[in-house]
Amino acid sequence: MGLKKKLHELKLKYKDKKMAPAFNAFHTFLYTPNEVTHSGSHIRAVDDLKRTMNTVIISLIPCLIFGIFNAGYQHYSAINGFPQDFSLFRDFINWDNFQLGAITVLPLVIVSYVVGLTVEFIFAVIKGHEVEEGYLVTGMLVPLIVPIDIPLWMLAVAVVFGVVIGKEVFGGTGMNILNPALTIRAFLFFAYPTWMSGDKVWVHEAVDRAGTPDAISGETILGGLAQNKDILVETAAKGQEVAYTISEAFYGFIPGSVGETSKLLILVGAAFLIFTKIASWRIILSGFAGAAAMGLIFNGIVDAGWIEESSKFYGLMSTPFWQHLIIGSIAFGVVFMATDPVSGSQTNKGKWIYGFLIGFISILIRVFNPAYPEGVFLAILLMNVFAPTIDHYVVQANVKKRMKRLKVKTA
Amino acid sequence: MAEVQEKVETKVREPKEPLFSKKNKKLITDPLTDNNPITIQVLGICSALAITAQLKPSIVMAISVIFVLGVGNVVISLMRNIIPSKIRIIVQLVVVAALVIIVDQVLKAFAYELSKQLSVFIGLIITNCIIMGRFEAFALGNGPWKSFLDGIGNAAGYGVILIIVAFFRELLGSGTLFGFKVLGDPIEKTGLYAFGYENNGFMVLAPMALITVGIIIWIQRSRNKALIED
Repeated sequence: MGLKKKLHELKLKYKDKKMAPAFNAFHTFLYTPNEVTHSGSHIRAVDDLKRTMNTVIISLIPCLIFGIFNAGYQHYSAINGFPQDFSLFRDFINWDNFQLGAITVLPLVIVSYVVGLTVEFIFAVIKGHEVEEGYLVTGMLVPLIVPIDIPLWMLAVAVVFGVVIGKEVFGGTGMNILNPALTIRAFLFFAYPTWMSGDKVWVHEAVDRAGTPDAISGETILGGLAQNKDILVETAAKGQEVAYTISEAFYGFIPGSVGETSKLLILVGAAFLIFTKIASWRIILSGFAGAAAMGLIFNGIVDAGWIEESSKFYGLMSTPFWQHLIIGSIAFGVVFMATDPVSGSQTNKGKWIYGFLIGFISILIRVFNPAYPEGVFLAILLMNVFAPTIDHYVVQANVKKRMKRLKVKTA
Repeated sequence: MAEVQEKVETKVREPKEPLFSKKNKKLITDPLTDNNPITIQVLGICSALAITAQLKPSIVMAISVIFVLGVGNVVISLMRNIIPSKIRIIVQLVVVAALVIIVDQVLKAFAYELSKQLSVFIGLIITNCIIMGRFEAFALGNGPWKSFLDGIGNAAGYGVILIIVAFFRELLGSGTLFGFKVLGDPIEKTGLYAFGYENNGFMVLAPMALITVGIIIWIQRSRNKALIED
């Protein structure tokens, strides 16, 4: 009770001063505010913005913890070779993996939150409005969608850019056109491509080991498929070539961005978000449907024999459509990024269209642009831009329909 | 008595404005700040995106536009009473095209490398909205001296933004200024690069030019609230 009282007193002391929003933010973040509305009719519900944000963060925590263990697992496997008969508790959830993962992943989380919230506080103080909670989720998403070895200062620069240009210039939380976390990733991707793509950034210290004779590069499945390598195999026979089975990809024991590898835990997070009614199941479902549709089209092209096996698109085009949903980070993007309620579509019909196109375009970019082995972040940013247009036409169509009904009645 | 007569005489004659009266000075200073063609009128954006990755071409571009717009404004202003209004756009185009070809040829003769770098964008000065805009809005209705000042002012306002954008894009994108490695050598890892600094590849791409222009607009309008439109 002591801290709450102290914060409350501080808040009263600094009322109408410049720093007031900062104290208020701390106060309401930690405790339920004392002030409630008294007059008029208001809906009093527990799920305010802060609760919503916290729910999303909880759904992301399994992915973060998995990412920590996976960082260590990938690192030690790259040095010592992959374990022959994999056992979850011996080879994956162990102290070594956790230790290495923690010292590489937690700094990303800390930098993301410290820099992002500092920018938020500065803007709140300058503008004289309350600190907005929008960064709470973004700050958690950012470390999960970057490669493990990204230099911290680059992350900091990108976070400043993403928060200022992606959000604050439009008026802050709730007014942004683009998803801030994806803006940050896009900035990193275009600004420092050598740190964000290729086959050596996904495993800790893989760049330093690149010269050594029996180095396992730690290439992602998508990167391998884009070069027509046999990186996806039926059975887990580990020979000289690094290869993964589709079930490994599903459980997430593969190299990739920190938190997006485990599709199982992403589905758990998705179930939690749908159960709490925070993420739209329409967007998630139609996103996967769109990706599957594009995958089916490509499979159809391969089956029809329109594309030669020597073509550079063959590897990804011939991947069965359901595997497209598991490899790469499309699951993470569709579940956690596309469902952002601010930058996504608002109408129910719009959500179907919006989600479907995200999945559809993601696979299109993935297959046809080897420079961007994962197109899901570009697809979501693109559809973010189009979301208001989709909503506009959905609303207009509804207006037209109802006008017709009105005319029929009057006539 | 003599004094009074002089006064009457000056009143009868049009009071002659000094060459750099307050009004004339404003013709130059206004476009540099509160009526900037790029940040306020949002004209001439295309070339601002295309050639501002480095300082040198931006400065050459700025000088070229100052020349074309300054001379062009005077020429149009001198002809303003004899141009039939139905074909005035064609006449304006001919004037710009002639001037741009002069600039292009001069660059090819004396700075071949630069002209190759600027490639098509010197030719595209013809389509720069600022130039046709000033011809239409100012030179057709004002005398040659005023038109000259207006042309120089607007082109300089355009050039200033170009140079500011290019400064940040070259410094952050390539780590150089006018081609000098001011931040150290990225390959030999000297200067800032020894500490793990890396060039921001995004700054070299066109979107970042747009965002830089946007940031300049943002700063300018937050300093001068009168410029904010609804």
